[in-house]
Amino acid sequence: MEFFERFAIPHPSPLIYASMVAIGLTVIAIIAGLTYFKKWGYLWREWLTTVDHKRIGIMYLFSALLMLFRGGVDAIMMRAQLAVPENTFLDAQHYNEVFTTHGVVMIIFMAMPFIMALMNFVVPLQIGARDVAFPRLNALSFWLFFMGAMLFNVSFVIGGSPDAGWTSYFPLAGNDLSTSVGTNYYMIAIQIAGLGTLMTGINFIATIFKMRAPGMTLMKMPMFTWASLITNVIIVFAFPVLTVALAMGTFDRLFGTHFFATTNGGMDMLWANLFWIWGHPEVYILILPAFGIYSEIIPTFAGRNLYGYKSMVFSMVIISLLSFLVWAHHFFTMGQGAFANSIFSITTMAIAVPTGIKIFNWLFTLWKGKIRITTPMLYSMLFIPIFTIGGVTGVMLGMSAADYQYHNTMFLVAHFHLVIIPGVVFAMLAGLTYWWPKMFGFMLNERLGKWAAWLVASGTIVAFFPMFISGLDGQARRMYTYSESTGFGIWNMLSFVGAGILAIGFVLIVYNIYYSTRYASRDIPADPWNARSLEWATPSPTPAYNFAITPEVDSRDAFWNAKRSKKSLFKGGYKDIHMPNNSGGPIIMSAIFFVLGFALIFSLWTVAIIAAVGIAGCLIYRSFEQDHGYHITADELKEMEDNNGGAK
Amino acid sequence: MKELFPKKQVVGFLFSLILTAVALLVYFLEMPFGVGMIVLLLTAFTQAGLQLVVFMHAGETKDKGAIYASIYYGMIIAILSILGTLLVMIWGYV
Repeated sequence: MEFFERFAIPHPSPLIYASMVAIGLTVIAIIAGLTYFKKWGYLWREWLTTVDHKRIGIMYLFSALLMLFRGGVDAIMMRAQLAVPENTFLDAQHYNEVFTTHGVVMIIFMAMPFIMALMNFVVPLQIGARDVAFPRLNALSFWLFFMGAMLFNVSFVIGGSPDAGWTSYFPLAGNDLSTSVGTNYYMIAIQIAGLGTLMTGINFIATIFKMRAPGMTLMKMPMFTWASLITNVIIVFAFPVLTVALAMGTFDRLFGTHFFATTNGGMDMLWANLFWIWGHPEVYILILPAFGIYSEIIPTFAGRNLYGYKSMVFSMVIISLLSFLVWAHHFFTMGQGAFANSIFSITTMAIAVPTGIKIFNWLFTLWKGKIRITTPMLYSMLFIPIFTIGGVTGVMLGMSAADYQYHNTMFLVAHFHLVIIPGVVFAMLAGLTYWWPKMFGFMLNERLGKWAAWLVASGTIVAFFPMFISGLDGQARRMYTYSESTGFGIWNMLSFVGAGILAIGFVLIVYNIYYSTRYASRDIPADPWNARSLEWATPSPTPAYNFAITPEVDSRDAFWNAKRSKKSLFKGGYKDIHMPNNSGGPIIMSAIFFVLGFALIFSLWTVAIIAAVGIAGCLIYRSFEQDHGYHITADELKEMEDNNGGAK
Repeated sequence: MKELFPKKQVVGFLFSLILTAVALLVYFLEMPFGVGMIVLLLTAFTQAGLQLVVFMHAGETKDKGAIYASIYYGMIIAILSILGTLLVMIWGYV
């Protein structure tokens, strides 16, 4: 029994036991369902082993939505706990665990896969490619992310969740002050998911540089592809820092090193420094694809080309550089002097300039446009004002002298939610609605979609604006309760109501997916929005090889111009297409990573060594594996294309 | 036969061996810490550049512009991160 005691939850409650039962029942239901409907083979052949960027994108999408609900439940629990003074719904320890997992899940396991989903699905189509540069590596990226996410989610039923905040600052996150295995989960689950992200970064840079359609020069790429390129460059430069910091943190926790200890020459604040060297670029990794999505949606529904294409590109390049120069503004109160703080204050304010350029470019794109308010456009229109308020309060926080007042208050919480929610969540929901017909061959219901957009936007405003006030009144973040005499009660109650509205909005989105899957017309054109970029030149849903004939591009809005001048982008006849084979390698290797991670978390050294040998075995096998893919011949291609209407 | 002899690679290999030997001197000879660090930094970066250009073929393809741009960009980010960290953790710490 002694062996199994380590897996017990250190701080159990009825809520956790209920979730254990719920998780158990769900797993049984899924396994039973797959067996009953004989879907195991289908699942394995079509999805688990796929190397098709579109299917990988869809798997990212569903993981992200799943994690959105996990993180959303955490959020509702926090708001419920704070809704009234002296509440006892959660105790201090549970509250700590809930805000930690909320942060990690939302940033790393919701927002990241959501942008990966859209990048995976859209970028190869937009540049006229057949797949990403390294399809199997792409599958490995996804499965590493997925196993990291699952490992992290296991924590709250086995061994206990991390409780040192999503920033996991040392010395609090060290062994002396965080005695449960929770923080081990944090270190190792994020490490595994982060490896996947780093591979995606390399994969997409190679794809965008090397696999563009003939004629598509860099300055003729669609803006979402540009945003993805810059994002992936930031990923490649920022994620290694996280990898190193997490490895050092893991060594401190598992092997007794003193990198971040307060004794024996350790520097506890070095963690905060390294974390934010990654953490601030990470913010831009999240926001730039969102900017790219808005830059696709706004021109489409304003019926005009994007205003200031070159300045859009230029501002993103500047943002990518500046994003590496501002990190210390996350800890102005750490103890460095006025000189160091001033430098980081100035770089922080400088980054508002390129962001402002982008906002004005979108507004000028709308100017004199023929605007159609569809659901994606509605999200984009709601994004601009809310994001601007979030951004401007960020400049307030960036002034180091004033920051001593705002630091770690609800004012900060209000600020970053008001940039991340309109910036990332609205963009992802807009992108989801916009590209949904391309993914699944039918459109989401517009009426339900608009209701959801309004609910999500008003919920965001009601939930987070009151925090500006309670924060300025002195309510600290991460405080699990407060007394009635503080006067914070009314603001937190308002926030709780807002969180409720947000929740209804998200439920409506799920209902919309269900409703449209059941009732929406399957008879839609390949280009239902009258859009501008190459992905709409493929039939919906897109065949595995994307383009039967590689398109030839001669302008920025090539597809739009081709539609208007009634010319075809596709010249020449069908040729044989070389396709990659599916492979079980990525999922098997990632599953072994899961075992390795779990073993390390609980210090099960024998299992860890066996798993590490297994991973090395997978790598060696892959090195000597002969896999030349397969060919779709021109005749087969012609037959398939005739069946689905042919390239437009 | 002269054209077939990989002169660049052989010279590069010898030079990289010399750089390694010079770096090793820091261990075997008595010298002040500062001097040792300078020797190590110089030999390390020269070595990295040599490997990139001679043995990893950085400048031999059409996309050498993109390759060098990413290397310079990476170096700029690395140097700025290090200087910023020193500023925050040591120089500017009160």
